[in-house]
Amino acid sequence: MKTYDKLIFELSKEDRVGYRIPPKEISEKPLENYIPKKYLRKNELDLPQVSEVDVVRHYTLVSQKNYGVDTGMYPLGSCTMKYNPKINEDMASLDDFVYIHPYQPEETVQGCLELMSQLQDMLAEITGMDAISLQPAAGAHGELTGLMLIRAYHESRGDYKRNKILVPDSAHGTNPASAAMAGLKVIEIPSTSEGLVDRDAMRQVLDDEVAGFMLTNPNTLGLFEKNVQEMAAAIHDAGGLFYCDGANMNANLGITRPGDMGFDIVHLNLHKTFSTPHGGGGPGSGPIGVKKFLKKFLPVPVVQKKEEKYILDYNYPESIGKVKSFYGNFGVFLKAYAYILTMGAEGLKRASQIAVLNANYLKEQLKETYILPIDTICKHEFVLGGLGQNEAGITTLDIIKRMIDYGYHPPTVYFPLIISEAMMIEPTETESLETLDEFISVLKTIAQEAKTTPELLKTAPHDSVVRRLDEVLAARKPRVLWKKQS
Amino acid sequence: MEIKQDLFYTEDHDWIRVEGKRAYIGITDYAQAELGDIVFVDLPEVEDVLEKDDILGAVESVKAASDIYAPIGGTVVEINEKLIDEPELINEQPYESWMVCIEMDDEDAVKELLLAEEYETLIQEEE
Amino acid sequence: MFPYIPHTSEDEKQMLSTIGVDKIEDLFEDIPKEIQLQRRLNLGQPKSEWEVFKQFQELGKKNKNVLQYPCFIGAGAYDHWIPSVVDHIASRAEFYTAYTPYQPEVSQGTLQVIFEYQTMICQLTGMDISNASLYDGASACAEAAFMAVNKRRKKKILVSMTVHPEVRRVLATYMKNQGIQIVEIPSKEGETDTEVLAEKMDDQTAGVIVQSPNFFGILEDIEPIEKITHEKKGSLILHVDPLSLGVLKSPKEWGADIVVGEGQSLGNPLQFGGPYLGFIAATSDFMRKMPGRIVGETVDVDGNRGFVLTLQAREQHIRRERATSNITSNQGLNALRAVVYLSTLGKQGLREVGQQSMEKAHYAFEKLIQTSKYQPVFLKPFFKEFIIQSSIDPSIIQKKLLDKGILGGYSLEYMGPDYKNCMLFCVTEKRSKAEIDHLIEVMEGIE
Repeated sequence: MKTYDKLIFELSKEDRVGYRIPPKEISEKPLENYIPKKYLRKNELDLPQVSEVDVVRHYTLVSQKNYGVDTGMYPLGSCTMKYNPKINEDMASLDDFVYIHPYQPEETVQGCLELMSQLQDMLAEITGMDAISLQPAAGAHGELTGLMLIRAYHESRGDYKRNKILVPDSAHGTNPASAAMAGLKVIEIPSTSEGLVDRDAMRQVLDDEVAGFMLTNPNTLGLFEKNVQEMAAAIHDAGGLFYCDGANMNANLGITRPGDMGFDIVHLNLHKTFSTPHGGGGPGSGPIGVKKFLKKFLPVPVVQKKEEKYILDYNYPESIGKVKSFYGNFGVFLKAYAYILTMGAEGLKRASQIAVLNANYLKEQLKETYILPIDTICKHEFVLGGLGQNEAGITTLDIIKRMIDYGYHPPTVYFPLIISEAMMIEPTETESLETLDEFISVLKTIAQEAKTTPELLKTAPHDSVVRRLDEVLAARKPRVLWKKQS
Repeated sequence: MEIKQDLFYTEDHDWIRVEGKRAYIGITDYAQAELGDIVFVDLPEVEDVLEKDDILGAVESVKAASDIYAPIGGTVVEINEKLIDEPELINEQPYESWMVCIEMDDEDAVKELLLAEEYETLIQEEE
Repeated sequence: MFPYIPHTSEDEKQMLSTIGVDKIEDLFEDIPKEIQLQRRLNLGQPKSEWEVFKQFQELGKKNKNVLQYPCFIGAGAYDHWIPSVVDHIASRAEFYTAYTPYQPEVSQGTLQVIFEYQTMICQLTGMDISNASLYDGASACAEAAFMAVNKRRKKKILVSMTVHPEVRRVLATYMKNQGIQIVEIPSKEGETDTEVLAEKMDDQTAGVIVQSPNFFGILEDIEPIEKITHEKKGSLILHVDPLSLGVLKSPKEWGADIVVGEGQSLGNPLQFGGPYLGFIAATSDFMRKMPGRIVGETVDVDGNRGFVLTLQAREQHIRRERATSNITSNQGLNALRAVVYLSTLGKQGLREVGQQSMEKAHYAFEKLIQTSKYQPVFLKPFFKEFIIQSSIDPSIIQKKLLDKGILGGYSLEYMGPDYKNCMLFCVTEKRSKAEIDHLIEVMEGIE
């Protein structure tokens, strides 16, 4: 089949329509009768004019240029691309949740509020925290909110000099970026050769200017920071708070909880661990959990039960304020809630166990062929270092582009930054043994090709809708919108 | 990797050409090779006053961005506007493509910069 | 067994033996015993699909939805008609089960949609550049303020008090941590008080934020605001309802530098407040100060057109603490809905929806005033929302309307004594004449 190569604008034809809206009913008067001319549009709007058939065919063909979890294995490390159960989508499409205005009177939204309250309780139980806010819209938004809480906590104690935040060098880029956005200075902590936080280096920088320490556990190398309790004690002794980046909780469910590890704050990504789809980049949802002493700083409104009624409580004078309009990405809550109901306690634990089993299985089978910088039991993901030095100069980029020809989505690459030629692989629990075996066999074939026919890798992919794209051109001479050819 | 004898250098891989009170600043051949294809150069404004180690600009490639810190304090007197439209010149001719010219507050400050042979040693260590 | 976990016990055994451990618990040995959970989570038994459905249904019954109860509430979330195609396209798994398009060769679908989205946002606003979307209108406004601050290198922002209170609240939360001062400009007869604005505007101000149609539904006269802002070299940030732009003057025509807004009204359901999408567009000099993802057009090695994430050096995964923002997720699926909505309506449809909403809102307004029980608060040009005042407590009005099957009126009492007994009403193209007449009839009868 020929590749479809049209933009919606290129289908447009004057006077073609794809809609029908409700009848006018109200007497027709020119716009100027309602609104003075100076407020009205002068230039004609330039949106496409297409029929409904055009819209459907166009976006169906465009969708087919995408690879999703429903297409195949998507081993994107740190992104937890597990299967997105269909019942979640159905539950999130029920009229009684879709067609609810956020400013309806409280007595008309009791179902929404009860569901949010229940989801908060579930997430508190899973994380070992005392209170949850569902307001942040995504993981990075949760981080920002959590860091604001840390500041609010110190400031409430009259401690204004704490402006530093410790972040390991293996951390996600969002950690330092969120810290900067919260007005905090980042102190980077190196990792040891075992891939864990260098505790001596951490202790050396602890002083009375440290506001907190952000740790991902398991970390981005897929390793459990086994000294987490000791680090918790150290940061607490120094007067700082301990923040858990819980974006990737997929190894922890029912096994270990940030609250029990000594963390004061955690954020979760419902669109990773809790199976809600990523939507090609969003919407996400990044709830935060806190220990009791931080509850009073949570963003408002706080959903709670008061005398048999659920309310949106704005009466939190020490709250950091609001980080988002309304109450968070409610539509995403529905899906996560459905997932937790479906899995139950037993299922969530099983998911984490199998996610870890899958990752270790892949790691063991691939370590003969690819560089494995840290050879130990991993959690839900692991990091390979490409093929290492090789005659043909094959890089990780070449390897993963070749994977596309074999029908796989590539893993996360060149991250974490501390591993050279990194390939970060996270299979998740929803991939079967057969799928994993095929994946292993493809990666071994590619390693073989790197020796025998390296050109095949360097020019890959060959069978995709487009081939390697000129990113330098795109960045040097940015063309960020379509313009009519004149 | 080319290193020019008559220039000063920094540990951050900038080069400095001194002409009287004026210091022309660019990034070294090593730095441009590490960054890869440069797609954008961010420059300060003329008359900006910078202290040593202030951020004076940035260079970006597709996959990396590197802030440039003022190797020396002074006032910006000239910027190389050609680089705004043709950032690739830094890849092609790193030692011709100065980014910023600073009028130095203190000419003695150049003594703290690295000489060509010192920079060469530094690079060998990094490699 | 669980439907989303395909492993048989035989599979598990085989895999454990390949790894070289006896049991699955051995894979968690590195977690200290003291922090391993020694009990089962208190979350109940796994449920079947039918049980899950029943539980949702039970909860749903405790809500009243706008399909059953015609809705006259707006205030930042709008009940416009969403064409059927929007749900169908957004339900395509190729779109919704994909991640952020890091690998362009397998993500051309998402990338092309974002490119089309960016184009449409620029067509609507008249601006030069748009990103791939932000969390919502409020956080978009905060990001715009950061852009203005970074450009001007001054740490003060003026914001009109006619901007949505939620937006101002989010803005305040964001700005506080970076020590950016916010000065609120009071309103005068429902509009930004330009005299106060001119007084407060100085060369230490990075930007001015104004909303139009503003929170009260009123169209702000941007002309004097633009002059005051630009005379002192500040950036003019306009917060707009994109749906109004089929009818109303574009932000470009007003002279805006950055345009933000809540994109919900473009094909996204109310959903109790989210997920929606924030949009942000700007003049080209803000290109490298934009937060979030941006898609650009390029060519592949064979010379074919393709799309990539571009200008990534602004972003957190490269720049870390020096990134323009920490944002990573956009609202991709909501942006897709907006694109399909705008394609389906086209320039003619968007104008019709805007015009009809406006006509119906004016009809409802006039009828309410004619009852002489309700008075207008401001006599200013408005779009699809307006405020009325009466001697009746808004909660009583809401209750009486609800009894008659209408969701109506948003009380402004919380905004202070000036807004006693004030209510904000919204009318969209979805409201029929009969529904509006019913609203009037019920309201007229309230004692």
